[in-house]
Amino acid sequence: MASKVQTVTRAEAATTLTNEEILRYSRHLIMPEVGMDGQLKLKNAKVLLIGTGGLGAPLGLYLAAAGVGKLGLVDFDVVDFTNLQRQVTFGTSDVGKPKSQAAQARLSNLNPNIQVQAFETKLTSENALELFKDFDIIVDGTDNFPTRYLVNDACILLGKPNVYGSIFRFEGQVTVFGTPGGPCYRCLYPEPPPPGLVPSCAEGGVLGVLPGIVGSIQAMETIKLILGSGDSLAERLLLFDALGMKFREFKLRKNPACPICGDKRTIHKLIDYYEFCGVRGEEAPAPDLHVPEITPREFKARLDRGDELFVLDVREPHEYQICNLRGHLIPLGELPRRVHELDSSREIVTHCRSGKRSAEAVDFLRKAGFRKILNLKGGILAWSDEVDSSVPKY
Amino acid sequence: MTVRVMIPTPLRVYAGKRDSAEFRAGTVGEALAQLTGEFDDLRRHLFTDEGTLRSFVNVYVNGEDIRYLSKEETPTKDGDTISIIPSIAGGSCC
Repeated sequence: MASKVQTVTRAEAATTLTNEEILRYSRHLIMPEVGMDGQLKLKNAKVLLIGTGGLGAPLGLYLAAAGVGKLGLVDFDVVDFTNLQRQVTFGTSDVGKPKSQAAQARLSNLNPNIQVQAFETKLTSENALELFKDFDIIVDGTDNFPTRYLVNDACILLGKPNVYGSIFRFEGQVTVFGTPGGPCYRCLYPEPPPPGLVPSCAEGGVLGVLPGIVGSIQAMETIKLILGSGDSLAERLLLFDALGMKFREFKLRKNPACPICGDKRTIHKLIDYYEFCGVRGEEAPAPDLHVPEITPREFKARLDRGDELFVLDVREPHEYQICNLRGHLIPLGELPRRVHELDSSREIVTHCRSGKRSAEAVDFLRKAGFRKILNLKGGILAWSDEVDSSVPKY
Repeated sequence: MTVRVMIPTPLRVYAGKRDSAEFRAGTVGEALAQLTGEFDDLRRHLFTDEGTLRSFVNVYVNGEDIRYLSKEETPTKDGDTISIIPSIAGGSCC
């Protein structure tokens, strides 16, 4: 079933391609499935990318290469060194630059015939409808639940399709929400997980090429919507398992009781999505566990004094190989089964990479009766910053 | 009835890193009960304290959402695949 997208009006539409464009897009034009008509549809299309990171990279590159006439890039972040493992729009020289601007430069260089507009701003309930209204298709390449619900709701309220993609480690999901009669994100997931219940981004990690594949599928679905060709992923959820190299498909149904796209809409305007997702404040930290702590400097001072401290490392074995403080390794997930390896009469300092997992470990052990237990505040990252910079950060 | 339950990536850490498990079960509910019986750590990620399936976890039998079948009473037959699909959000920063 091909879903079509209404693009610009006839009065505004480009009706010709330059000789340079004809040569550039020749591999499209010689396919009857695209041809001049299809390429003109691409030229007249306006697509807004939310997020220019792991998913946004292949999205931007392939949509620019295909000749989508106007691309909007929404991202408030700056390029970080750790992004380069997967955000292939950027190069080493872009580290520190605003992502939307660096991506705009890259895509404009790739294809000077298109218009690339950078929106260096955080997407919020206050600006989403205004930002979305001038575009035909919205592509969701974001990385958090509040923004995903925001993108969904704004698309449904404006009647625009939302090409959705999400990833976790080596698994991805792709579908198209918001097509006429089709489901929306709330139909699939009426509520998000509460903070702290799903493994966090920083601890999850991701195979760098995974968003490359998932984002490319999103680009393909966007192009199919513009051309009106093929069978859209609307009403289907594509699940991709990179390690097993398996694609699986699940039927997505519109929920008649959906509060925003169902028969009786109860959501008529954008809401506070951080509140909806159970998150307080601007960012999305997991709830703080109030556990006893020791700073890296205090820890170092006590070690130098010769205090008998047992160091418990709750990271994973592959992290221990990167760097370690010669602690006793019990990964957090194994702690309940291996707690007998610990002596509650000893003073224990627990650490992980950033201090989050070790806080959970200290909380668990205190509930198990351990009284002399401390969390290394900021983890091995803080140890590297404050005590020993030869310990690599990762 | 032997059914296969596919365990999604975010939850494998709570299931001994397994990507699937097989059980003899006549309904989806029976299969999930056996799954959380074998992997107790999975329970809080799939079910609330009251024992209802969490709203950010979808369960499919052979590609069909059980919310549109008979929910946990959905019957299963030999060779069926039950898939657990939790909500994931990574895209930009993972």
